[in-house]
Amino acid sequence: MRLGFIVERLLQLIPVLIGISLVVFLMMALTPGDPVEIMLGDQLATAEQKESLRRDMGLDLPVAERFARFVKNALGGDFGRSFFHRRPVAEVIAERLPATIELTIVAMLIALAVAIPLGVLAAVRRGSLIDKAATVISLVGVSMPGFWLGIMLILLFAVHLGWMPVSGRIDYAFEVPRITGMILFDSLVQGRYAAFLNALHHILMPAVTLGLAMAALLMRVTRTSMIEVLQQDYIVFAEAKGLSRARVLVRHALKNALIPTVTVAALETGYLLGGNTIVEMVFGWPGLARVIVEGIYSRDYPLVQAGVLVIAVIYVTVNFAADVLYTLLNPRVKL
Amino acid sequence: MITAAVRSAAERQDSILRINLRKFTRDRLAIVAAAGVVLFFAMALLAPWLAPHDPYDTDLLRRLQPPAWMEGGEWSYVLGCDSLGRDIVSRIIYGARISIFIGVVVVLLATLVGTLAGLAAGYLGGAVDGVISRIVDVLLGFPYLIFAIGLMGMMGPGLQNIILALVYKEWTISCRVVRGETLATRELEYVEAARAVGASRTHIMLREILPNIMSPLIVVATTRMATIIILEASLSFLGLGMQPPLASWGSMVADGRSFLSDAWWVGTFPGLAIFLLVLAINLASQGLRDAFDPRLRQ
Repeated sequence: MRLGFIVERLLQLIPVLIGISLVVFLMMALTPGDPVEIMLGDQLATAEQKESLRRDMGLDLPVAERFARFVKNALGGDFGRSFFHRRPVAEVIAERLPATIELTIVAMLIALAVAIPLGVLAAVRRGSLIDKAATVISLVGVSMPGFWLGIMLILLFAVHLGWMPVSGRIDYAFEVPRITGMILFDSLVQGRYAAFLNALHHILMPAVTLGLAMAALLMRVTRTSMIEVLQQDYIVFAEAKGLSRARVLVRHALKNALIPTVTVAALETGYLLGGNTIVEMVFGWPGLARVIVEGIYSRDYPLVQAGVLVIAVIYVTVNFAADVLYTLLNPRVKL
Repeated sequence: MITAAVRSAAERQDSILRINLRKFTRDRLAIVAAAGVVLFFAMALLAPWLAPHDPYDTDLLRRLQPPAWMEGGEWSYVLGCDSLGRDIVSRIIYGARISIFIGVVVVLLATLVGTLAGLAAGYLGGAVDGVISRIVDVLLGFPYLIFAIGLMGMMGPGLQNIILALVYKEWTISCRVVRGETLATRELEYVEAARAVGASRTHIMLREILPNIMSPLIVVATTRMATIIILEASLSFLGLGMQPPLASWGSMVADGRSFLSDAWWVGTFPGLAIFLLVLAINLASQGLRDAFDPRLRQ
């Protein structure tokens, strides 16, 4: 039964993925300007050379055929060559993606670490000063443009106080052999604790900037679902049984109240992935989102196309996982 | 008979809207926030009369002049000047025009398209619903900013392109809301009654269902405006939105980034303007939500 549900959801994923690749393909296919001219840049080429390049890139084929080729190549991890980096796009992406994933994960962890205690506190002391303050803080968090928050943090903690590095992932003095490309993880596994601390120091401001709005959102979700759970019969029963307040809150209420929080967190990953573009630009974070924006500046279309596609596919996959998890975790959803 | 039914529906809708609005006016914080939003709108409209200086007037002698209260500042340039010696206050006032114009136009267009698509999907169902829902699913598969960035990269910067890039995705939000509400409404008795007396499908969708789902639609639209304003500012910040010398809040903040250590005011104040406008919209729309939709009240 459950397997059937997962398979069904997986099958629903296929048209969405095809649609996404179609949109990404069209985005670039409809871009004005001849890709061959853009690719050549200032280099001189004869008409024949251009023609053969055009054939090599498959630009002489009908659009439908080009799309089929695009999908086929993408499935095999072939996204063509980057005009700007002069090497396969897949290589550039593989190099940059871990930095983006690392930043996203840390931002999410920070958001959860802030949101859950605050949300629970606001729910338990409903209507109190803490509750009102939490509401205001969450509205402020949602209303603050990420790029501005990032710049203000740099201004205060890096420029004025000098506590934080302005940009980058780690100081040049440290060398961490690559395993996953996620420096925090790699340095920890290899026991390079000084490098780990240095990387942690670097990721803090970008991750806070990225995670703040998410924290605000998750806090509200946690508060609402906690309030709902606290009114359930089984909580009243647990309290009537004489269990301590803390035990009731943590063992009985929180466990169920967190289902929506975790689901929303996963569903909003797309928000973080989009917000990454801003944060990576502000903090000079060498991730995929920044490469996409830079690719637009340099008209590096194959790179932009692949970058957007990869991020969309990650997003859809995370959403799928969240959806499946929610259904499996939630006893009220009958399959 | 149809007209009578329609009239009574319209009257009832009218009174629900009025009751909701009365509830809204009792929420003091929301009223203050709404007044703030109105102030920003007025600032945008009256920019030529309010701005103390020409926002495009460069004066290299005033390059990075500090705000009035700092050494070297003067009161006729209260918030100081940017790297080209342009008055920051005047640029913020003019910048409100871009943010608010884009926010309003994108929300209106997206709500219009999304409402029509949502009504069609929810009421007609079948293949129409299938096609529309698949398109929505695909568009929702892109993180918003990434999608807009990709489109802006393709279409190039400029006002019209920003609006298009945002509307292409934004309509899915109101579409989903309207589709859901329509599905919930379509089997209600008054819709069935209209069907029974032979009202056309267009009539039922636009005259029977639409007026009754206005409240959630208005709430969603106002909330979304805040998001749109931040998105536009983000695009302009990245250099993919409004182009210089136009005074856009996002590009002003980007400009200020280069002078963080010696002229913090260049990027700080335009960002503060975005924050205050978005906060005011969010507070006001939360008040609207509380008043309009008892289900969503916390």
